Amino acid sequence: MLQKIFYLFVKIAVLFLLGLNVRRKELLPSDGPAIVVANHNSHLDTMVLMALMPLSKLKDIKPVAAADYFFSSPWKAWFSENVLGIIPVDRGGANRTNDPLEGCYRALNEGKVLILFPEGSRGEPEQMTGLKKGVSYLAEKFPEAPVVPVFTHGLGKALPKGSFLLVPFFCDIFIDEPMTWEGNRIQFMNLLQERFSVLSREKNFAPWE
Amino acid sequence: MTLLPIHWALIGIWGLLAAASVLVLWISSRSKKNVTELVQRTQSWWVMVAVFTLAFLVGKTVSVVVFALVSFLALKEYFSMIPTRRADRRVLFWAYLAIPVQYFWVYDSYYGMFAVFIPVYMFLFLPFASLLSQQTDGFLRAVGTLNWGLMLCVFSISHAAFLLILPPTPQSSAGGPGLLLFLVFLTQFNDVAQYTWGKLFGRRKIIPGVSPNKTWEGFLGGVATTFVLALLTAPLVTPFDLAHAAAAGLLIPVAGFVGDVTVSALKRDLGVKDTGSLIPGHGGILDRIDSLTFTAPLFFHFTRYFYY
Repeated sequence: MLQKIFYLFVKIAVLFLLGLNVRRKELLPSDGPAIVVANHNSHLDTMVLMALMPLSKLKDIKPVAAADYFFSSPWKAWFSENVLGIIPVDRGGANRTNDPLEGCYRALNEGKVLILFPEGSRGEPEQMTGLKKGVSYLAEKFPEAPVVPVFTHGLGKALPKGSFLLVPFFCDIFIDEPMTWEGNRIQFMNLLQERFSVLSREKNFAPWE
Repeated sequence: MTLLPIHWALIGIWGLLAAASVLVLWISSRSKKNVTELVQRTQSWWVMVAVFTLAFLVGKTVSVVVFALVSFLALKEYFSMIPTRRADRRVLFWAYLAIPVQYFWVYDSYYGMFAVFIPVYMFLFLPFASLLSQQTDGFLRAVGTLNWGLMLCVFSISHAAFLLILPPTPQSSAGGPGLLLFLVFLTQFNDVAQYTWGKLFGRRKIIPGVSPNKTWEGFLGGVATTFVLALLTAPLVTPFDLAHAAAAGLLIPVAGFVGDVTVSALKRDLGVKDTGSLIPGHGGILDRIDSLTFTAPLFFHFTRYFYY
């Protein structure tokens, strides 16, 4: 309930303040198990992808985000888990004991849709960095779940890392055909990288430096 | 309820739209060519005319807010398609804030401030706000492009809204609303007329370096059609006598054409086909109001000079 009200406001704000140009919206899965993979420029990324989903499906859509950031205080943890619907992933070092993707496995088993940002961090706005290979483990373990690449542009201009001032820009959301598991993790990651680079060349974006 | 002249004018517009839609349906049922864009365009016209009519009938305040929203969408489209600097995020934010302020002057009928707020105060303030980031690389380009966008999308368009609050004159009871209807209808009709004449008879290119599809036949056919329509509709909704109606009937189509090709030049420079994808079949909102950015201030001052 709380989540629906929150995202209703997000939907209105996203439509009015930003304005989205979505290409091939019909390819976005709202029924799981499925994995949506997007590039990461801004806190708005999760908000916008969630805002594209029907309100009735929201409880089955789970953004995957860093535990050290979103669960750093009890308040943040409560908000992240109950309103945003985040699945925490521990991105910390070598001394971890259990599989950091445990929460993702459970959600996919329950037929949820995961939203994943394999760049790991928002980084420099509107610049893509190398992809972390966690997503390939998920794809290997759940070969029946389609992996849908989504390229976004403009959200990093509207609200880059380290800024609290939202400046309106129209944003582009390009959704790609789903990828299926072919049996090789390295090949999978290369293909994903290739898909992103094709999507990012679909339009000439205005320079921003 | 008694129907006033502007109500008859609105009914006329809906009638024209209905007739045009029937024509488009007939063409799309006969034509073997792909007419999806034409059908989409027509559908979008219904939505735009409906929004405009609704705002118009509800009242002055709502209409001013709708024009402010149009300015906001246009400015957002402009800022999204031009090169901008990360250092200027705050400056862009100030530019957006100028919209509610400018439209408040309109709402308040404060002509003196309306006329100078953007060309004087914002013009001086934006470069100052920009230099605070102490990044001088690209400073000139940033200040120039931001100011031009603000003038085009906010200052120019706000003149259409200011027409609305002009009072009735001895010659015409329709007052400001009648003038606004006259301006917006003829500007948009002229776009369609020039396009249609060009499609049907276009042969000699008029300015191929900027807009390869524009022809002399389209331009002159559009001007003539709009001119006739201006003479016919002026007595209904404006205080104009015959000479002034004729002058306005030339001013609107010619200025509309110049506004259209000006935005075309901008798009060509940036290497984009449309300014956005907000209006199916038309492109972005700037594609739709490009002519209005020129006709609104010119028509406003024409009217003000002779009648107010």
